[in-house]
Amino acid sequence: MHEMGIAMQIVEIASASIPADIEDVRVERINLKVGKLTAVVPESLRFCFQIVAQETPFCDADLNIEEIPIIAKCNDCNIEWTISEPVFRCQECNSGSVEIISGRELDINSIEIVYEE
Amino acid sequence: MLISMYKTRQYYHHKDFHKSPHSHPKSGVASGDKKIIAREIKVVRKVLDVNDTIAQQNRELFSEKGVFVLNVMSSPGSGKTAILEKTLSHVMPAIKSAVIVGDICTSNDAVRLAVSGAPVVQVNTDAFGGDCHLAAHVIKTAAGNFDLDDIDLLIVENLGNLVCPAEFDIGEDFRVVILSVTEGEDKPVKYPLMFRVCDAALLNKIDLLPHLDYDRKETVNNILQVHPGMPVFEISAKTEEGFDPWIDWLKSRVSQKINPNVT
Repeated sequence: MHEMGIAMQIVEIASASIPADIEDVRVERINLKVGKLTAVVPESLRFCFQIVAQETPFCDADLNIEEIPIIAKCNDCNIEWTISEPVFRCQECNSGSVEIISGRELDINSIEIVYEE
Repeated sequence: MLISMYKTRQYYHHKDFHKSPHSHPKSGVASGDKKIIAREIKVVRKVLDVNDTIAQQNRELFSEKGVFVLNVMSSPGSGKTAILEKTLSHVMPAIKSAVIVGDICTSNDAVRLAVSGAPVVQVNTDAFGGDCHLAAHVIKTAAGNFDLDDIDLLIVENLGNLVCPAEFDIGEDFRVVILSVTEGEDKPVKYPLMFRVCDAALLNKIDLLPHLDYDRKETVNNILQVHPGMPVFEISAKTEEGFDPWIDWLKSRVSQKINPNVT
């Protein structure tokens, strides 16, 4: 739902990563990690990104989105498991003391650029 | 009293892009003696970095000023404003309170809450791309309208939305999610992130239960399945049934922050 604001932030952060001394840069790909527990829909994000990227060095960039599974860890018996249903109790010992160790990412990992020099 | 209302602007911290007068390099073809370079630049930053940084600044300011901040979230129509009207009447004047209200448009909620005597700021978010949640920079600006030295409790009534506000740290101390008995039993399992990031849930409109086929046990089970141990307060903003435990919980959290040496 808020993919437009996120797309704008991606362009902001990615543009800040381009070294200032490089002119005429074209960004070919932005590599993102998006966790499955975030409220981000990849197709909506791509759609919004296309709009935000118009008339910028990002206009032809491909958004490469790596979807990260939700992995939980029990703080009592230390087992880890992948969550596929909204149940956040340990399957082994039924403890409610559960930590989410992946699945909430919304990160820019890297950008791939092309330029002349 | 209603202090002010205004619309948010999208937050930018970079300059506008200018379209380059030169042509872009095409792969494999260089102009003159220039060569094409392809490079991967490591970024490794959170997309919501800017928001998180400002949220932390907010958190530090609120700690310094001894202000407890409560972020109140729900879907539209759960009864956030009615619950807050009654909550303010219980905690004031002993706990000096202020409110920031977020809505896409209108100041209807702020006007209702201003009746309590608490200072209220209404924020309207109908700027494109920023309209579905309150972000940290919005709270930073809005909080500037208050004399924070004179406030114990700052309530933020977030936009009616169970999705996006869960992602945005605003520098709050505690978060509550409100759902009502007219919304079905399965909201918690449909919106697990919201229920996991909140510290307590309020199940509102229990005065309507005689008129509904509603299974409150199933709702509570669903909440505890997603967030084991989450405190759930079953209340009616209309009749104030169940209000005392909620008010006691809130008062003790506020007191723990602003009077940490008092047991």
